Amino acid sequence: MTNTTPHISVQDLNVHIGNQHILKNISIDIPNKKVTSIIGPSGCGKTTLLKSFNRLLDNTADVKITGKVLVDGEDIYDPNAEITHIRKKMGLLSQRPYPLPMSIYDNVAYGPRIHGNPKKKDLDILVEQQLRATGLWGEVKDRLNASATRLSIGQQQRLCLARGLAVNPEIILGDESTSALDPVSTNIIENLFIELKEKYSIVLVTHILRQAARVSDYIIFVYMGEIIEYGPTKELLHNPKEKLTQEYVKGYIV
Amino acid sequence: MIKRKIEEYFFKTLMILATIIVVGSFFLIVGTIFSKGLPYMTLDMVTKVPGGGFYIGKEGGVLNAIIGSLYIAGGATVLGLIISIPVAIYINMYLNNKNFISNLLRTVFDVLFGIPSIVYGAFGFLIMVYFGLRASLLGGTIAVTLLIIPVLVRTLDEVIRTVPGELRDAALSLGATRWEAAKVVLRQIRPGIYTAILLAFGRGIGDVASVLFTAGFSDNIPTSLHEPAATLPLAIFFQLGSPIAEVQGRAYASALILTIVVLIITLLSELLIKKFSKHKIG
Amino acid sequence: MQKIRLLTDKILSKLMLFFTIASVSIVIIIGVGLYYRSRGVLDHASWWQLLSSSVWKPMKGLFGFYPFIMGTLWVTGIAIIIALPLCLLTAFYLSEYAHTRIKKILIPFVNLLSGIPPVIFGVWGVLFIIPLIQDHIAPHFVDFSTGYSVLAGGIVLAIMIFPLIVSIVSEVLRTIPQELKDASLALGATRWETIKKVTFRKALPGIIAATVLAISRAFGETIAVLMVCGNNAVVPHSVFDTGYPLPALIANNYGDMMSIPLYDSALMFAALLLFIIILLFNIISRLILARLERNLVG
Repeated sequence: MTNTTPHISVQDLNVHIGNQHILKNISIDIPNKKVTSIIGPSGCGKTTLLKSFNRLLDNTADVKITGKVLVDGEDIYDPNAEITHIRKKMGLLSQRPYPLPMSIYDNVAYGPRIHGNPKKKDLDILVEQQLRATGLWGEVKDRLNASATRLSIGQQQRLCLARGLAVNPEIILGDESTSALDPVSTNIIENLFIELKEKYSIVLVTHILRQAARVSDYIIFVYMGEIIEYGPTKELLHNPKEKLTQEYVKGYIV
Repeated sequence: MIKRKIEEYFFKTLMILATIIVVGSFFLIVGTIFSKGLPYMTLDMVTKVPGGGFYIGKEGGVLNAIIGSLYIAGGATVLGLIISIPVAIYINMYLNNKNFISNLLRTVFDVLFGIPSIVYGAFGFLIMVYFGLRASLLGGTIAVTLLIIPVLVRTLDEVIRTVPGELRDAALSLGATRWEAAKVVLRQIRPGIYTAILLAFGRGIGDVASVLFTAGFSDNIPTSLHEPAATLPLAIFFQLGSPIAEVQGRAYASALILTIVVLIITLLSELLIKKFSKHKIG
Repeated sequence: MQKIRLLTDKILSKLMLFFTIASVSIVIIIGVGLYYRSRGVLDHASWWQLLSSSVWKPMKGLFGFYPFIMGTLWVTGIAIIIALPLCLLTAFYLSEYAHTRIKKILIPFVNLLSGIPPVIFGVWGVLFIIPLIQDHIAPHFVDFSTGYSVLAGGIVLAIMIFPLIVSIVSEVLRTIPQELKDASLALGATRWETIKKVTFRKALPGIIAATVLAISRAFGETIAVLMVCGNNAVVPHSVFDTGYPLPALIANNYGDMMSIPLYDSALMFAALLLFIIILLFNIISRLILARLERNLVG
């Protein structure tokens, strides 16, 4: 565990979907300005955990959530909490890119326009800034008004990242965000994550151990809805303490 | 921020109101028919044909119309099935599914589906004139058959498309001919076929414009294809036009009968659709 | 054995092809048939004269279809103005806000509405809408109204097309992936903002297609409007005026058809008009859908 204040602090989180107990008594701290990966076999609750951070879980049918999730010290599940404000703090990158049905420019400008009334000049600067940050600027600067759906999948995913960054989040959540991409695009996005952790705390769900090893500082291993082990990347992968962790990372060779 | 919240609240309320109006209109209509029709509903209405002075308020019922409608809708459904099942199978299994032609065909049937029943009625009338037929059970059946073929083809097509290609391929790869594979598919979608039948039958029994010119009207139950046949919707229409309150009331009761029949049919088909989606593979 | 199976397959496939071609050619046959039977009036007047004249005197052989076309337009227009907003709101509510349990209860009733035969709508219109207009609505606006009006026709038609629009738009909304909406929500948008800026845009082609189909359905509806519209061959100038839509014209006068010369071909012309207009609408709706889909998929 680190000494700095955790950005996200989960306390006794329990999630039921229908009759199934998906997440059991989760308590974990996500450190500030580091990359944390959540790994584990399919169906163990990784994505559910991720979605509980920005309360997108609320939209799932038949869901019951108990416990606390503190972001910057505030419980986001407090009944008085304002959801759109919470979500604004976090950028979400899904498994497949979902460009909004509008132009490239409008995609990035979407968030800022909702939360305020930015002037065109400021918006232009912001859009360029975020597109540069994700390495897209060179490729799209001549066709900002083209539909975002015309981009390649790798480009679309980077666009979604730029879009998420445009609302000035503090935290970036990635849900297996490179699994639909080819190796080159995957590489670009992984490098982006490494760069971005200077400014943002990043939580990634991944089932690719190699990716977790390359990109993250900390790893959380989840199995059947419970956290089995947590620790710095190298330690967890090379010297796992729990037997289950050992079984899971067995196939991993540096 | 507050402005956004107010906007959300405002539109959500608007949406709920709209939903209440839309859903509520069903109850309004059925409720009105029931409340106006029930007082005039007697056993005679469903068991007797019109007596001598029926239209001026005397004895009888609408059995002629009930039977006539059943004959026409039933006959049309059977004829329609004979034509539609092969067509639906042909589009889905004998042509490569993504083919330009099969999409073209689907479009044509969608267009046929959109043609109003009055046009089918007028056309049916033309056919009858051409062949020298008089307004009769046969004429009405032909017109309604034309009307419901697109309904059947469309429904059957949708249902067949829910069968995953792999199932068809599985049959074909075992060396089955296309027709044999089709039989497998048909068995798989049997509840869907029933749904299509119910929908087409419901459409056929309630439609006026197609039988207006072609079926004629009669106070008797037709005994041959060449006799004119009464239909429930027309019976309602004629009775409603009478100046005598008693006869108007009978119109409401007839409307009630028709409504009940159609509601039962629609409910059954809803149930079938639910049952269908529970059991299908894939 | 093998030979018989293959032969059966071949014969059946030819038979199916025949049925398919036959069904499809019905469109053409109907068009041609109606055109031929309309030649009577077409010999006496040009298309333009028939469509723009308001003089309807069958006994004198004068057939001006303008009032009927206008009647159809008025009734359909009123129906769409009423139905479209209500149905869009309903479809969005059911798809984006309502709990599954509520949906399960409400949706069957919308479907049941679609099964009700038009003549029942007509009876209800006479029982409920006509008195409503005559006694409660019209007095605020005009001096005298029997209640039989294009407004009545429009209201009844609107309810008839509720299920059509709601079901198509709901279908379309169902195809929009939750993740797309999540992407907007994750940026901090409210549910309504997501609907307004993302979901609605994505659903637009489907909404347009639904509207065009609803219009073409309303155009062709016969019996329900016949019973409540008043059926006077004049051009309506307000919602409280009576109207005489094309289908009602055909249905009402088929009895006189054979006794007055040219009357039958005039009515066939009316049917041809309907056929052509509805055909065009259907085709346009398909084209719009195809093009917009191509744009969005990119």
